[in-house]
Amino acid sequence: MVESSEVRVVRCGGSRINVAAPVISVDSRFLLCASGDLVKVFSTSTEEWVHVLQGHTNVVTGITLNPANQLQVYSSSADGTVRLWDFTDGILIKTFVIGYPIATLLVSNKHEGILFLVVPAKDNSNSECLQLVAAHVPKTLEQEVEVRELSSVLPNISPNPRAVGFGREGEYIASAEGLKLIVYFFRDQKPYRFNLSKSTKKGAKNTFTCVSCHPKDDCVATGHEDGKIRLWRNFNQKKEYTYTTLHWHHSVVNTLCFTPEGTTLLSGGIESVLVQWQYDRNSKYILPRLGGSITHISVSADGSLFTTSHSDNKITVIQSNLKVSAVIQGLVKGEAVHTDLVIDPRSKALVLNGKPGHLQFYSLQRDKQLYNLDIVQQEYIYQEGLDQYEVVKAAFDAHGSCLATVEERGKKLSDTEITLKFWDYNETAQRYTLTCQKVFCAVWISTLNILYFSSFVLNTTVMTPHDNRITSMCFFPTAETTMVVTTARDGCFKAWLLGQESDTEKQGTDGPSWSCDFVGRYHDLQPTNCCFSADGSLLAVSFQEVITIWNPETWELLTTLCQPPGNIKDLCFGRLSCSRYLLATTTKNMLCCWNLLTCSLEWSTSIAVTLLKADPLSENMAVFTLQKEQTDLFVFKPCEPRPLFTQNALCVGEVQRAIFVPREEPLDNCDESSLWLNRSQLYCLTENMDLLAFTTKIEDDSLISRKLVCNLTLIVFEKHIKRVSCSIFCLVTINPVCHLLPTQAVIDDSVAVTPFYLLLGKHRQREQEMCGLPVTEQQGRAQLPQGSVAVREVRSRVPWKCLVMVYSTRSRVVLLLIFVCVCVCVCVCVLFYTFSCYTRRLMSCPQRPSYATCL
Amino acid sequence: MGEFTVHRVRFFHYMPSGICAMAFNRRTERLAVARTDGSVELYSRTDHFFQEKVVPGRQQRSIQALCWVGKRLFGAGLSGEIAEFDLDNLRLKFSQDAYGGPIWSIVCNPQGTHLAAGCEDGTVKLFEILEDQIRFERNMGGQKGRIISLAWHSSGTKIAAGMIDMIKVFDLDSGNAVQRLLVERGSRMQQSQECVVWSVLFLSDIIVSGDSAGKVKMWDVNTGTLIKNHQVTEWDVLTLSVSQDETSLFAGTSEGTVVQFQLLDVVLGQEEKEWVRTRTFKNHTHDVIALAEADTVIISGGMDTQLVVRPLLDKLDFKSRDSSLLKILFPQRSLVSCAKKAGLLLFQYPTHLELWRLGDTEGHGPPGCILPVSRNPEKLLHLKIKGEDHVCCSAVAPCGEWIAYSTTSGIRLYRLQRDNKNVSITKVPKLPKVLRHAHQLCFSPDSSHLYGTTSSAVHVVALTSAGCKFEHSLKPKSGSTHPVRLLAVSSDGKFLASANSNSEIHIYNMHKLKAHCTVPVYRSGVSAMGIHPETNNLVIVHADHQIFEFSIEQMQYTDWSRRVQKEGLHHVWLERDTPVINVTFNPQNPNHVILHDSYMFCIIDQSLPLPDRKSQFHNQLTLKSLPEAERLKHSHAFKECKLYQPLLCVDMLENQSLVVVERPLLDITTNLPAPVRQKKFAT
Repeated sequence: MVESSEVRVVRCGGSRINVAAPVISVDSRFLLCASGDLVKVFSTSTEEWVHVLQGHTNVVTGITLNPANQLQVYSSSADGTVRLWDFTDGILIKTFVIGYPIATLLVSNKHEGILFLVVPAKDNSNSECLQLVAAHVPKTLEQEVEVRELSSVLPNISPNPRAVGFGREGEYIASAEGLKLIVYFFRDQKPYRFNLSKSTKKGAKNTFTCVSCHPKDDCVATGHEDGKIRLWRNFNQKKEYTYTTLHWHHSVVNTLCFTPEGTTLLSGGIESVLVQWQYDRNSKYILPRLGGSITHISVSADGSLFTTSHSDNKITVIQSNLKVSAVIQGLVKGEAVHTDLVIDPRSKALVLNGKPGHLQFYSLQRDKQLYNLDIVQQEYIYQEGLDQYEVVKAAFDAHGSCLATVEERGKKLSDTEITLKFWDYNETAQRYTLTCQKVFCAVWISTLNILYFSSFVLNTTVMTPHDNRITSMCFFPTAETTMVVTTARDGCFKAWLLGQESDTEKQGTDGPSWSCDFVGRYHDLQPTNCCFSADGSLLAVSFQEVITIWNPETWELLTTLCQPPGNIKDLCFGRLSCSRYLLATTTKNMLCCWNLLTCSLEWSTSIAVTLLKADPLSENMAVFTLQKEQTDLFVFKPCEPRPLFTQNALCVGEVQRAIFVPREEPLDNCDESSLWLNRSQLYCLTENMDLLAFTTKIEDDSLISRKLVCNLTLIVFEKHIKRVSCSIFCLVTINPVCHLLPTQAVIDDSVAVTPFYLLLGKHRQREQEMCGLPVTEQQGRAQLPQGSVAVREVRSRVPWKCLVMVYSTRSRVVLLLIFVCVCVCVCVCVLFYTFSCYTRRLMSCPQRPSYATCL
Repeated sequence: MGEFTVHRVRFFHYMPSGICAMAFNRRTERLAVARTDGSVELYSRTDHFFQEKVVPGRQQRSIQALCWVGKRLFGAGLSGEIAEFDLDNLRLKFSQDAYGGPIWSIVCNPQGTHLAAGCEDGTVKLFEILEDQIRFERNMGGQKGRIISLAWHSSGTKIAAGMIDMIKVFDLDSGNAVQRLLVERGSRMQQSQECVVWSVLFLSDIIVSGDSAGKVKMWDVNTGTLIKNHQVTEWDVLTLSVSQDETSLFAGTSEGTVVQFQLLDVVLGQEEKEWVRTRTFKNHTHDVIALAEADTVIISGGMDTQLVVRPLLDKLDFKSRDSSLLKILFPQRSLVSCAKKAGLLLFQYPTHLELWRLGDTEGHGPPGCILPVSRNPEKLLHLKIKGEDHVCCSAVAPCGEWIAYSTTSGIRLYRLQRDNKNVSITKVPKLPKVLRHAHQLCFSPDSSHLYGTTSSAVHVVALTSAGCKFEHSLKPKSGSTHPVRLLAVSSDGKFLASANSNSEIHIYNMHKLKAHCTVPVYRSGVSAMGIHPETNNLVIVHADHQIFEFSIEQMQYTDWSRRVQKEGLHHVWLERDTPVINVTFNPQNPNHVILHDSYMFCIIDQSLPLPDRKSQFHNQLTLKSLPEAERLKHSHAFKECKLYQPLLCVDMLENQSLVVVERPLLDITTNLPAPVRQKKFAT
C-alpha cells in the first residue's frame, strides 16, 4: 500500500457554476461565479474566464460584492471561511475563519462590517437545521482573522440560498421556510410570521421556494411550488397583511429578483423562461427557450445586465431589453450520465450526455463546452412524467471518424423504443465561420486544441436494433475495419459493419451505410458486456456468469471462461505488456483476472468493485470500490495483483463513471505513487455529479502558469481583435495538421503482437489433442498469420511509422516534439547551408562588413 | 335506518336565471338580488344569507339597477321605468316612466332624498323621493351618448356618470358637466371599438372607473387627471364596489374573477399610500355582473346564476361558519309539490307548470341496486300560465285532483280528471275575491280544502266537485303583515301552521276555524317545518340549522326539543351552509324525521341519543364495520345520505317510497351561454 501526498483529488473541471448566484461587477465587465473550490471571473462580453480566485478548500457556496469597496468580493465556502478578494487582480486580501460550514452569505449597505451567514444551528445536533447569524468583522491588518463574535438573528432558515433576502436597504430581512414567511425588522428587533395553509385544493402547493424584497417599497416577493408569485405588503401587521398573486409559471418558481430601481421583478422557474414583471402594472415580458430550468437570477448594479443560472450548468447574460448577449456553458450534468464518459479521439473532448437528447463535447483543459451534437433530433418539451428519448450509449472508433449512439425511450419494458445511430465525421462540414468576434477569441486561445463545430453527420439509423435494452456497445479498436458490437438484454449480441461501396451504389445512396453482420447467442443467456482486445483479434462477450471469447473475423466461439458466482458486471482486456490478461468484475464482489494464454484464472480477489477502468495508454487499471458508503480507488497492473496506488475515502457514495483521459503531453514525473498519472489523467463522476480529477503537484504548478499565459493572450487579443484575423486563418489552417499525425499507440511488447487466437488456438489444439479429437479445417485456417489484423498492420507500416514504433511508448506529443526537433534541425541545416553559401559569397566580396566578425 | 324504494327523478329541468343587479342595505343588512327573469330576491346577511323573500318576476321586465333608500327598494331597467318593490306583498308597488329611454343605472344620494337615473338619451334625471311615489325634478346633461353608470359623491354635490369613451362629472348646483374624463380605447385588436365605462365609483378624493378595455382607472377629482391605471383583464371590467372606509375596492370582470385593490402604505409607517392590486378571487365561470361589499364579505353574482359570498379573512376574528365560502345556486324554497296519494309531482317553472306521474316497479332487490321500471314516468300536463307574471307558488292536492297556482295578479284553480289514458282539466271559476293573490298555497290532506295566504291572513276555500266556496279568513293574533313563507297541515287536517318571513309561526285550528296558538319567535328565519302525522308535533328547522319540536296540542316544546337545546347540536351539523328545505316523516317509524337541503338528506331518529361534541358526526361507515351488538351503542340520531345531489325535493309517498328530485349541476352549466374565451395553459 502506497500512501501518497503527491496525488491530490481536485474539482478542477466541469464543476457546477450554478451553485450560487453569480455576481456582476459594478462596471458590468466581469461576472464572478462559484465553481467548485474556485471563484471564476468571466468576461461578460467574451464569455471567456479571465482568471480564478483560488484558495478555498471546499465548495464555494456564496459570493457577494463588498458594499464598502465595489472592487472587492466576499466568498463563503463549506470549508468554514469567508475570504475577501480583489477580483480585478485576483488577490486574496483577507480570510475570516468562521469555523462552521457556511451555506449562504449576505451583506447589506446598512450593516457595515457585518457579514450575515447561514450556518448550522449550534444547539441542535441535527445538521439540516440552519440559522442566520451576524458576524462582526474585526478590523485588523492580519491576513487571517478568526471571527468569534457570532450573534444569532433568525433560527430555522431554509437551506435554499434564495429563501433569504434583505429589504429596503437592510431595514429588514425576509426568510421563508416551508409554509412560513418571517420578516425581521432590525430596528424593532421584531419578527413577523405569516403562515400559509397546506391545502392542496385546486392544485395549490403553497410551500415557499424563494424570496426577494423590493429595494425601495415595502414589498416582499415570494415564489411558491405551484408557480405562484406572491407580493406581500403591510407585513408589519399580524392580521391586516395582504398579498397580490402573480401566476404565470406552471410549476416551481425557483428564483426571484427585483431590479435595483424596483421597476421590474424577474422570475425564473423550471420552464427555462425568464419572466419580467412590471412592478406597478400587471404586464409581463417573456424570454423563452433559455435551456435548462433557471436556478438563480442576478442583476447588475445599474440594472442593465441580468444573468440567469441554469440547471444545465450554464450562465446566460441577458441585456435589460431581454436579449441574450453571452452564454457561459459549463459541463452539462443531468440526473445521471447514461452514456459512459467517452473521449473523442479527435478533439480530445470528454463526451457525455448533455442537454436532453444531445451529446456534449467538453474540453477538460479549457473547462468549456465545445459543442452539442443533437442525437435525438426532436424538439424537447419539458413536462413532468413525459417520456423522453434519452441517449444511453455512445462510442467512437479509434480515429474519431465514426460515432455510434443508442437512444431509447420508455420506462416500461413493454414499450421501449430503441434506435441505433451511426454518425460520420465530416471534414468538410467543419465551418470555421470567422464572422463572429467571439470565435476569433476562442480560436486564439485554442492554439493547442482546435475548435470543433458540430461536424458529425448522420449516416445510418437503425430502428429497433435489438428487441430489448442495449447493455453495452464497443467499436473495433483498430482503424482498418469499422465494426460495432452491441449486446442487449434480448439474449444476443450483434456486430454491425460499414457496408462496401459497391453495395450501396446499387441502392443509389450517397455513401456506405451500416448493416448487421453477425448475431451471436450463447445458451439463451443475456449478454451484459462486450470488449475487444487491444489489437482487435478477440472479442470477449460476457453472458451473465460466462465470458465467451470470439474471433471477430470468423465469428467462431473460441473459448468460454467462467468463474461463478455472480454475473459479470465489467469486462476489460489488459493493455500493452499485460494484454494477455482479461479482467472481469462480478456482482458478487469478485475481481477476476484470466490469463488468455493458458485460459486459466490467474488471480482473483474478493472486493466490492463498482467500476473497473483501463488506461488506454498504459497497463494500469483503476478499480473503484464501495465500502461503508465510501469509495476507495485502487490502481494496479493486471500482471501483478498489488495496488500501485490507493486512495481511501475518495468520496461519499458510489462513483458512477470514470475515465482515463490521455494527456496532451506526458508528465516526466518520477515519484512512484504518481507515476500512473504520467500518461493520462483519471477523472471520475460521483453520485452528486461532481467531476473529480487526480492531479500531481507538478501539474498544479504548470496549470497555474498555463492559465497566466492564457490570460495574457486573452488580454492582448481583446485589444487587437480586429487586426489579427489574418493570423487566425493561419492558425486554423495549421491546426488540423497536428491531428493528422498518428495518435494510435502501437504495441511494443513482442508477446502482445502475436494474435491471441493463435495462442488460444494452440492451447485449444493441445486440449483437443489431449482429448483425442482431430483438428478441424477451420481451426487450421485460423492459424494463418495473414488473418491477423495486427500483423497486417505491422507489415503495412512505412519506415516513418517504424520510427513511431520505436517511440510508441511515449505519448504522441513527444513524437511531435521530436518531429519539430527534426524539422528544426533540418531548417537549421538548410539555413546553415544557405548562410554558409551566403557568407562564402560575402567573403568573396570585400566591401561589405563581415558577418563572421559580427557573429 | 330503513329501506325505501327511491324514485330518482331527473326530469325537472329547473334552470336558475342569471344575476343582473345587486344592492346591499347596510342599515337593515339585507341584500337585494335581481335576476334576469325580473325577479328580486332578498337575503338576510345576519341570518347566514337566508333567502327571506322573493318578488316573482315578469316577462319583459329586466332590472339593470337596484337601489335601497332607507327600507325602500327601487329598481330600474331597460323598460325605462323606475319601480318600487312592495316587500310586504312581494310585488311592485308602483312604477313610473322616466321618459328617457332605457335606464342603465340608478343611484340615490347619501341623504336619501333624491334618485338619479342614467338614461339612454344621455341625461341624468333627478327624482325626488316622496312618501308613496317619486317626482321628477330635473334633467342634467342631454347630449348624445347613453349613461351607463352613475356614482354620487358623499357630499351629495357631484355625480360622476360613466358613458361611452368618457366619464362626465356633473355639478348638482349648476346642473352642468364640470369635467370630462376621456377613457382611451383598448390596446388590443378592437381599437376601433368604443370603450364603455361599465362602472364608476365616487370616493372622497378619487373617481374609480371600470371599462370594457379591462382597465380599472383612478382619477383625481379636482384636476381630472389619471392617477393610476390597472389592466385587470383582457375583457371587460363590469362592476366595482368599495368598502365603507374606502380602503379596499373590488372589481368584477368578464372572466369571472373578482379583483381586490387596497390602499396600502408604500413604505410602512409613512403617509404615502397607493392603490395596489392584491387578491384575485375566481369563483365564477361567467361574467361577474354585480358586486356588493358587506363589511367582512364580498358578494358577487353574475351570468352563471350563483351568488357567491366570499369572506375577507383579514376582517374576521375567529373561524366560524361565516369564514367559509358560500355559494347559493338553488332556491331556498320548494318548487316541487307532491301528491302523496296519487304519486304525482308538480314542477313549478316561472312560466308554466308540469305534472308528472311517477314510474312504477315490481322488482325487488338488495339495497343499492337499480330496479327495472315496469311503467315509465309520464308527463301528464304542461300548463302554460296566463298573463305576463311569473308563478310565485303552486300546489297539487294529495289526491291529485286539484292544481292551484298563483301569480302576483291572480290565483287559478284547476280540477284534474284522469281516465285511463286521458287527462282533462277544467278551470274552477269564481274564486273568492279576497284571495286575489297568494304567497303560499296548500291543500288539506283529504283534498277538501285549499288554503291560500296573503300577507295579512290565511284564507280557507272549501272544494267540492261542483266548485269552490270561500269559508273563512284567519288572521294572526299579532296582526303582522309579513308575507308567509311556509304552510304546514297536520295529516288529520286539524291544524295548520304558517311561518312568515319575520320567523313568526302561527298555528290555527282548522276544525274550529280559529287561531290556536303561536310558537315563540326564534331569531333565525324558519327554513322548513312539518307536522308529525301521529303526535301532531310541529318540527321546525331554522336557517341557522337549529331544530325545534313543538307540541301543538300541549302548546309547548317537547322533551326532545328541550333536550336538543340543552345538549346542543353537533358543530358539523351547525356548520352546514345550505338551509334545510323540507321536513317529512316516515309513516312506518314515527321516530323518524326526514330533512333535506340541496346537498344531502338526513333522517333524525328521535329515539336515539344526540351526538355529543366529540363524537364523529358522519359515522355510518364506522358503524358498518362494527358488529351488530355494538352498533346501537355508537349510533346517534343523525343519519346523512349524500348519494343524491343536488336535491330539489325529497318527499315520502303513501306507499313507503321516497321521491328524490335531483338537478345535476352539469345540466345547468351546459345550458348557460358560453363564457368568454380565455387563454389557458397549453391551449
